[in-house]
Amino acid sequence: MIKEDEKQFESPVRKRQMMSDFLTDSVKDIKPSGIRRFFDLVSSRKDVITLGVGEPDFVTPWHVRDAAVYSLETGKTQYTSNAGMPELRDEIAQYIGKQFKVEYDPAKEIIVTIGGSEAIDLALRSLIGPGDEILIPEPCYISYSPIASLCGGTAVGVETFPEDHFKLRAETLKAAITPKSKVLILCYPSNPTGGIMTYEDWLPIVKLVEEHDLFVISDEIYAELTYGTKHVSFAAMPGMKDRTMLVSGFSKAFAMTGWRLGYACGHPDIIAAMLKIHQYTVMSAPIMGQYAAIEALRNGMEEKDRMVEAYNQRRRLVVKGFREAGLECHEPQGAFYAFPSIASTGLTSEQFAQRLLEEANVAAVPGDVFGLGGEGHLRCSYATSVNNLVEALDRIGQFVHRLKQG
Amino acid sequence: MNELQLNVLDLLKEDARRSPELIATMLGVTLEEVQEAIAALENDHIIVKYATVINWSKLDDQRVTALIEVQITPERGHGFEAIAKHIYLYPEVKSVYLMSGAYDLCVEIEGRSLKEVASFVSHKLSPIDAVLSTKTFFILKKYKQDGIIFEEHEGDHRMSVSP
Repeated sequence: MIKEDEKQFESPVRKRQMMSDFLTDSVKDIKPSGIRRFFDLVSSRKDVITLGVGEPDFVTPWHVRDAAVYSLETGKTQYTSNAGMPELRDEIAQYIGKQFKVEYDPAKEIIVTIGGSEAIDLALRSLIGPGDEILIPEPCYISYSPIASLCGGTAVGVETFPEDHFKLRAETLKAAITPKSKVLILCYPSNPTGGIMTYEDWLPIVKLVEEHDLFVISDEIYAELTYGTKHVSFAAMPGMKDRTMLVSGFSKAFAMTGWRLGYACGHPDIIAAMLKIHQYTVMSAPIMGQYAAIEALRNGMEEKDRMVEAYNQRRRLVVKGFREAGLECHEPQGAFYAFPSIASTGLTSEQFAQRLLEEANVAAVPGDVFGLGGEGHLRCSYATSVNNLVEALDRIGQFVHRLKQG
Repeated sequence: MNELQLNVLDLLKEDARRSPELIATMLGVTLEEVQEAIAALENDHIIVKYATVINWSKLDDQRVTALIEVQITPERGHGFEAIAKHIYLYPEVKSVYLMSGAYDLCVEIEGRSLKEVASFVSHKLSPIDAVLSTKTFFILKKYKQDGIIFEEHEGDHRMSVSP
């Protein structure tokens, strides 16, 4: 009798076998980050000199930290306006106008985000839908393609080459464009290559963007870190302001990675769409970080210049060190990465990086994790002390020597 | 003083053991240029000495340091120079500065004990004719000297690999 009752109430739903069956296909399709795997490997070792860190070795300047502490002391612990504090947006508008010669209306054309990362996510979610293609010059920062896939879009890599100093070549870009191409993501100065684009380099790209009606997301987080030449924002190119979403933040220039504070500047219609997603997902960026950022923009330029000069000195040191070690190394003109070729050793990037770690206790990121054109290279961050760099270069030199001796 | 010399000074100030080769690489100039700059700076006594900053309190060391404000009467013809020299020639005197404001010389002295410092003030410094008055302040702890923080708490907290 009881058995019959149970049958009656048995659920018609076919249950999932594993919890992971609850996941969407798009998230399951995202490959685990190659950097993450390498991080686990490095973490298991002691006394490693790491050139694998993608953030400044400087601590946020004291006056900036002090501004955040003061904001807490005076009870600034609330939400801010969704788009960010008006004072901060004013400062950002002035700063971008002065440094990069693009004028934005702080009321409608700027949104303060949780790191440049959120700005990229917001822009892609606002612009990309199923079937759209996103052009991404590679080797490049690892986040663009997974976010594009989450939106249902398809990332299309556009290879860049060491003989061009990893600049984006118009004909390679043109060859990758299809009728489905919608967004071009630019990241110059480049993580991981240190490549930059000058005004002249941009001109043919501008032409293609116009001809093929592309929208550009320009990740200029490393804009302040150029050596010997000033950064040219893609948004500052003639006619490009409206079809460019300029993404940047405080992490690299002001040594504020952990604060997670960035911003996007662009056409009011696109910013309004991004703001919708932003207000429903995170409401606003944390207020104490916004106070810190105001201080950084008002009084942080001298400290910033000092840090940039220190990177420049180390840049010269590592390029020379790699070349003396017998590795080809193009001269990076931006960011804080060198991207030497390890092809002459006959090893793959992964093999080289793993053996360098195990045999010389130096960590650097294998180039293949950055997409097309990355294989055969090693990303080495020079955001570390001169003493560390000297020791690391010495170890790399000996390691390469041993490899080549067979 | 040219820009290269200033840059060389900045790098040596951070770490006096940096070799001319390393400095040349970091500044993107030739070794000869750096060697020349250093030689000129040494010649002109702009680089006075390559010394080591030591945190003596890390050792079980009883030495005491005091800052003494000294008021003096300047001498006709010599101003403060002769009296400053009289004071700085004592080996226990570590530094002497001419100051603006309420007193004239700031004298830093180091001794093996409080008593030794007190004895210097009463037996050597105060009896000098030109010295009108002294005020002695003992240094209890040094937190930072010449831009160098003695007990650095801000180590590298970064993850070893990040994108």
